[in-house]
Parts: sequence; structure tokens; C-alpha cells
Amino acid sequence: MEPNTKEEKINDWKKYLIVFFITLSLFSLALYVSNTFSGKKLNELKSIQDNISIDLLSSETQYSLLNDLDCSQVSPNSVLSDELNNLSKKIEYSDNNIGKSDQLTQLKESYSLLEIKDYLLMKELASRCGQKSAFVLYFYTTSDNCSECVKQGYALTELKEKYPALRVYSFDYALNLSAIETLEKIYHIKDTELPAMVSAGKVYTGFHSVGDVEKLMPTLKDLLKDTNTATSTKTN
Amino acid sequence: MNAVATVFLYILTFLAMYVEVFFLVTFFEKRKEIVSHADDNPNRIYPNVTIIVPCWNEEKTVSGTVDSLLSLDYPKNALHIILVDDGSTDSTWAVLKTFENIPNISVYHKDNGGKHTAMNYGISVTKTEFIGCLDADSHVSSTALKRMIPYFDNPKVMSVSPSIIVDNPKTIIEWAQKAEYQLSVYIKKMLGLVGGIHVTPGPFSIYRMKVFRDLGDYKYAHKTEDMEIAYRMQVNGYKIEQCHDALVYTKAPRTAYALYKQRLRWIYGFINNTIDYRRVIMRSEYGTFALFTIPAGIVSIFSAMYLFSFMVYSLFSFVYDKFLRIEAVGKLWVGKPTFDLFFIDTHAFVFITIILYGLVLTSLFLGSKLANGKMKFTVGMIYYILIYSVIAPLWLLKALWKTVTRKEVAWR
Repeated sequence: MEPNTKEEKINDWKKYLIVFFITLSLFSLALYVSNTFSGKKLNELKSIQDNISIDLLSSETQYSLLNDLDCSQVSPNSVLSDELNNLSKKIEYSDNNIGKSDQLTQLKESYSLLEIKDYLLMKELASRCGQKSAFVLYFYTTSDNCSECVKQGYALTELKEKYPALRVYSFDYALNLSAIETLEKIYHIKDTELPAMVSAGKVYTGFHSVGDVEKLMPTLKDLLKDTNTATSTKTN
Repeated sequence: MNAVATVFLYILTFLAMYVEVFFLVTFFEKRKEIVSHADDNPNRIYPNVTIIVPCWNEEKTVSGTVDSLLSLDYPKNALHIILVDDGSTDSTWAVLKTFENIPNISVYHKDNGGKHTAMNYGISVTKTEFIGCLDADSHVSSTALKRMIPYFDNPKVMSVSPSIIVDNPKTIIEWAQKAEYQLSVYIKKMLGLVGGIHVTPGPFSIYRMKVFRDLGDYKYAHKTEDMEIAYRMQVNGYKIEQCHDALVYTKAPRTAYALYKQRLRWIYGFINNTIDYRRVIMRSEYGTFALFTIPAGIVSIFSAMYLFSFMVYSLFSFVYDKFLRIEAVGKLWVGKPTFDLFFIDTHAFVFITIILYGLVLTSLFLGSKLANGKMKFTVGMIYYILIYSVIAPLWLLKALWKTVTRKEVAWR
């Protein structure tokens, strides 16, 4: 008996190609579905970005009108609403999961500008109307594996939970935005000393725990008292 | 993960998906050829067949093995059984002697030399045209041989393998293997249909004697002589078929460690036999075996190891993140938990993994259909996916390490 002939061993290249194209189609389908979802997410961010633009304009207007306003007419809550905090989380998530894109960078820039604008407005309000407030300008980087930055981010999130009136403005050092660069120049922030926090004009570099920050910012405790008083007044 | 690692991950998952799609396309292409050979010719004259049972310390299981052979629905005068004691140190020889008075059973004893030497001894005293083997920890269904022999109506078919099923699973490890063996039924059948089988397993593969006359005896072959003989047959253009409805029941390892030892030997055998036959890889004259089976095996090794590394990396990242949280605020969770569809992972790799596991599940169900006649979900399928994803890379890594350091693996 002869072994199998060559003809029987001729491989079905057509089949290999068909399998290749089916696999490619399945792979493309997965990529398409993923891109569709990513697109939807970016559109959602874009929609929030549009809202931010309106908020930014509103903030600017409020800022311009400040001189004509009576302090009692100024809302203690600025445009930096829960929505903006939500946006902050979504931007951070997108940064890690969707990947870098021009749209995302643009969104981060808009967000940073609004933060700066809100900071200036709130600082002015605090100064003119004597509102008790605590601000932290927080500089971090996403370009290096900055584990201290990650830790500081968690500590600040925890602080915001504990002191809802605390305003934390986060800035990505890697974002080449002139407004952020100006802030960095003002406070002499260097990329080798991240994370860095600025509070009441003082710069603190490296990781600071919740307890450390509470010690550095004694006004935080007052904010908590005020919040509790306001809450109990409301409850009563 | 950096860009290179991501690209590598996508290439490997693409190749792994290609393998699954290949089997599925083959199934739809050849489904009409997947027929049972039971009772297809009531006037058939069944040829003489010799079944060799090599035994080494099998005192507990060999009686069941021989009894199952004696219960085969096959003409008694055409069935010859050769029991070879390969120098057992327990009472296997005494057990074998209890069968020596049965007319179609011959019993032999030789010094220990390894399974392949026991098989070769059996071959040397075989006088029939067809020859088979049966490991002494397995037993056959009564219809198996009658379903396998008709494949030899095609004069080009040189060997037929059965479907191996896990016998009476009890532990989670055994249930996982039951699902895996059912998957193998499907994969082997598909490979058989396209001439790509790379192993004629010890439990009840049947050969024409011509195979051994032309190609020589079994070899040591890194303790996987049943793989090497299949490689040799493929390289010489000898056709191997798979009979999906000829069932052989085998005792599967009961514990994770026993499974690890067995698979270490199998994978070590695959790696080293593939190295021995590396000259044929991707050469079209050697057919599907060289163009698909061997490359698919290599891809599966690298895919499993890479995915394992990916899992370890992800686990490490997760633990590291929790560590940072504890360091930062003294607890595992920071901030209020919120649910938002936005935060559902929609990476392409998530969808690729879903498709890949969908294909694996489809294969498991088709294996169940081929082995049991119906598609049936078993919890073993889940055990299989979960357990093998975690422990398979361990024996793959160890087998590679043993290959690199040129160390042998143990039988048990």
C-alpha cells in the first residue's frame, strides 16, 4: 500500500485564507464594538465639556459682576459642582482606559482652565465676603510611574469625603497648558518634586497623609464645624 | 502595559482565535462526514485484531481493563489479547496469571524497560493484521472495536483512535478533565477529518501491522511513544482517523498535583517530539499536521504562558493599587462607590476575550455532542476554563524549563 499521495496532502490554502478572514472579521468586530463604546464615552465627555464651557462663561460673568454684588447674593457653591467632580473621575478613567487622544487632552485642558477660574473666583469670594474656605492646588504627573502621586490622589479623595467644603484643584504636570505652567512658575513647582500641593501660598512636596494635611491646614477642622452647624441648623 | 506587549498580546490572541475558528469551519465543512459506523454492514467479516495491554504496577486496575476487552462485541475468535507485565514490583504479574487459561489471552513477563518496550514485546509476538494497545488504567465500551474497524475499509487508513472519556469523575479536577476530554473528542475528530492528528493515544488506538513493519517499533520518545509514532506516521504520509463514537474510559488524575505530573509529561513530550521533527514544521508536503497542528500546539503554549503572565501582571497591579490605598488612607476602598455605565471596561481585548471564550464554549458543547450524542452543559466546563487557565501555564513553564535544562520528566 502506498502512503497518502501528494494530492491528498495538498493543503486547502483557500480554507486557511477563509479562516484567516473570518478571524480577522471577528477581531475587527471586537475592535469596532470597542471603538464604538469609546466613541460614545468621548461623546459623553464632549457633552460635559460643552456644559463646562457654559459654566466657564458663567463663572467669568459671575467673576466680573462680583464687584457689583452683595455678598449675601453670591452662591456659596461655585460652578465646581458635583458634575465637575464626576467629570474629573471620568477623565481620569478615560486617561487610563481609553488611551491618549487629542479630544481627551483638549477636555483635560478645558477642565484645568475651569479649575483655575473657579479657584480665582472662590479665592476672591473668600477674601471679599469673608467666607471660610480651604483650597489645595494639587500637581501630579501621569507621564511617569509616580506611585506617590497615586497615593496623594487617594489621600485627597479621602479628605474631600471628610471635608466636603475642601476644594482640591488637580493639575496634570504633563499637560502642556500655559495657564498651568504659569501656576507652576508662581509656586516654583518642579517635575522632580511631584506630587506637590499648594495651600495658603505654601508649597508641600512629596506624599502627605490625611493626618499630615489636617495638621498643615488647621482651617479644615473649622470647615467641618461650620458644615456640621449648618447641617444641624437645617435639620432643626 | 507597553505598546510592544500589547501588540504581542493581540497577535497571540488572534492566532488562538484562528485555531478555534479553524476547528469550527472544519466542523461545518465536514459535518456530513461525521457519521457513526455502528452496524453499517451486518455482513461484515471482522478481521483478526490483537490488543496489547502493557502493565507496570497495575494490580488494581488491570482486571477491569481485561474484563472490558473480554466484553467487547467482537468475534471472539478474531480477538487476541496480549498482556505484558513490564517488570512490575507489585502483584500485577499474579493478577495477569489468572487470565492465562483463557484461550484468546496470552500472558508475558519481561524485565522493566518502559512502556514502549512492553508494547514492542507485544508487537514482536503479534501475528494479526491489526494491532492495538490499551493502557491498563482504561477500559473500553463494548461497541468500540466494531465502530473503529470499518474505518480501515479505506486502504489508506493506517490507524484509528477512539474517543477517550474520563471514567466516573468525582473530584473537581476529574470533572474539569471530563470537560477537557470531551473537548479533545471534538478537536481530534476535526483534526482527523483534515489529516492533522498528532497523537494516537495509548488507550485503544488500532493500527495496521504495516505501520510497525514499515516504520519500526515504538521509540522511547520522551515518554510519549504514542505521540512519536503518530508524528512518524504523519511524516511518512500514513493516514490517521479518529472514531468519535468509539468510547474508551480512562482513570483521570484525581488531584491537581497528579494532573500536573501527567500533563508535564505530555507537554514535555510534545515540545521534545516537535523539536525532533522540527524539519517538517510549516512544510506543505506534510499536510495539515505540519501546517496547522504543530504550529497550533506551539501557539497554544505561548498563548497560555503569555495570558498567564498577563493575569499575574493584572493581579499584581490590583494588589499593588490596594497596597497604595492602604498606605495612603489605611483602607482598601477610597471614595463613595458609584455605579455608572461609563466605567464598564470596553477595551477591545474584553470583547476579543468574550469571543474567544464563546468559541471555546462552543467547542466544549460540540465535544459533548460528539461524545454523548447531545449538547449538555456540565459544571466541569466551568471548572475546566477556570482551573486550566490557572494551572496549565505551570506545567507548560516546567516542561519548557526541563527541555532547556535537558532534564527528563517522571512517568507518575
